[in-house]
Amino acid sequence: MTSSEGVAPTPGGVTRRRRARPGKVLAPYLLSLPAGLWLLALFLVPLVVMLSLSLQTCNFGTGACVMTWHWGEFWSQLSLYHTQFLTSIYFAGAATIIDLVVSFPIAYWIAFYGGSKKNFFLLMLLVPFFVSFVIRTIVWEFILSDQGIVLGTLKNAHLLPQNFHVLATGYAVVAGLAYNYLPFTALPLYVAIERIDKTVLDAAYDLYASKREAFTRVILPLTIPGLFAAFLLTFIPALGDYVNQQILGGTQNTMIGTVIQNAFLTNLDYAGGSALSAILLAIALIGIFAYARLLGSRTIEEYL
Amino acid sequence: MSAVVAAPEREAAQRGHRAPRRRRHRRGGWLAVYSWLVIAYLVLPIFVMVAYSFNKVNTGLPQVSFTWNGFTTQWYQQWNGVPGLTSAFWLTIRLGIASTILATVVGTLLALALVRYRPPRFRGKTFVEQTMFLNIAAPEIVLGASLLGLFVTINLARGFTTLLLAHVAFSIAYVTVTVRARLAGFDRSLEEAAADLGANSWTTFQKITLPLIMPGILAGALMAFALSIDDFVTSNFVSGNQPPFPVWVYGATRVGIPPQVFVFGSVIFGIGILCAFASIVLARRKA
Repeated sequence: MTSSEGVAPTPGGVTRRRRARPGKVLAPYLLSLPAGLWLLALFLVPLVVMLSLSLQTCNFGTGACVMTWHWGEFWSQLSLYHTQFLTSIYFAGAATIIDLVVSFPIAYWIAFYGGSKKNFFLLMLLVPFFVSFVIRTIVWEFILSDQGIVLGTLKNAHLLPQNFHVLATGYAVVAGLAYNYLPFTALPLYVAIERIDKTVLDAAYDLYASKREAFTRVILPLTIPGLFAAFLLTFIPALGDYVNQQILGGTQNTMIGTVIQNAFLTNLDYAGGSALSAILLAIALIGIFAYARLLGSRTIEEYL
Repeated sequence: MSAVVAAPEREAAQRGHRAPRRRRHRRGGWLAVYSWLVIAYLVLPIFVMVAYSFNKVNTGLPQVSFTWNGFTTQWYQQWNGVPGLTSAFWLTIRLGIASTILATVVGTLLALALVRYRPPRFRGKTFVEQTMFLNIAAPEIVLGASLLGLFVTINLARGFTTLLLAHVAFSIAYVTVTVRARLAGFDRSLEEAAADLGANSWTTFQKITLPLIMPGILAGALMAFALSIDDFVTSNFVSGNQPPFPVWVYGATRVGIPPQVFVFGSVIFGIGILCAFASIVLARRKA
């Protein structure tokens, strides 16, 4: 970071003067000022406002709130909606584990066998993102619908009973979550596996490791941080998701995202919705801090 | 697979340490088949979407039906037949362009600061990085809900302004991460050379730095645009009565989706995939 100043053997005056300029000293702050202000005003301040709202009492009719330091809001919301929290954790957890299992082999394959086509295969993993998230989920509703291309065909062939259905069950929600968040798992895993020094693997084979031993004793331990990162980067967004639940799930098995959305947009219960959001954020933060504690805070950012 | 693999492996074992090299040149056998199946699974809904955009409607209602009724290009000819949908689409495009420009400029400046300066000269760098990380890692519903809480508290009417503020807020961190990754291998000696030759900071930035980091900035801008046009959760909270495309589509699921939704979806997909392949081809030609 000694950078350009003073290094120059050219007429010294110019460079010397430049070093003293306040602009140079302020440069890092000036460069980060616009983004910093934006994130402060529209990310950190809203979080504080959210915490403050959760302690206020709101008029459901008008949405007007007054501060009452009502700490009980957290407890009452939690006792009202703990089932929805548990359902969210259960669905998001199931979807994340499915994604880890499904995407590990493909991440491994791209990293080791992708060759010059690696970028092409990574793009293929990202292809779903070229279609709007909501439309993707609606299309799954079509595919899984009772008389749709899959179930309808199977039913017509009498391979399934007529009253069999997937939509409006927890399975449909987990399937939708697993589909929509698969790239969030596959890409960090790819980064982790790609980073393995291939000579270490060669060394294992030279020492007569079998394929399985090379995998369980070299590759798997080296990808543990990546596995955790992939878990968090999939689980946290899936936890707050409500689109899959609302489109693919039924009126049962409500996830916490639906409750928060209804609190804010339908019931105008800003206090309750804020309290629930704060709890959701707390769950996410616990995961992130656990990761930082176990594997070092810097490493997770490498997988973004 | 074991039978196929056994012979070359025994042969390789006899030849000692040249084995690993051969191993890596294979195409991956079952793993390759599996991977292609996963890719097929990922693109399946896209084919279904494109197919249904050509599906006839028999009921007379402007809704896509689950069953296949025959091929038609009617919906492409009547692409703007649903006024609400068309205006939602143009809102998404305007919003995407505006938020991309803002987020790219602001995010690139931050990336420059983060790559070039460290704590003695840049106090608070760690805090900025942690804020960015939290911004990316936090569940989106929390961001959307907290933004709505803010807008309600300061009594800011929901509409284009709040959408733009929110979209830039969630794009900045992604732009910064993308640009910073491309900046990591930047050769500072080129800038020093320019300074040695008497260029001032602005000239150096304009003639040396900017052209060199342009691919990174473009990648960041693409990221911001993709995030903006696809965003549903945050937009749903802060859009008020001006729904962007994804929010409009979500609202339509209650009453039935007009086939034009799939037309827009297919066209956006086509344009996106063309851009992506163009960027890959360009990158390869340069390399």
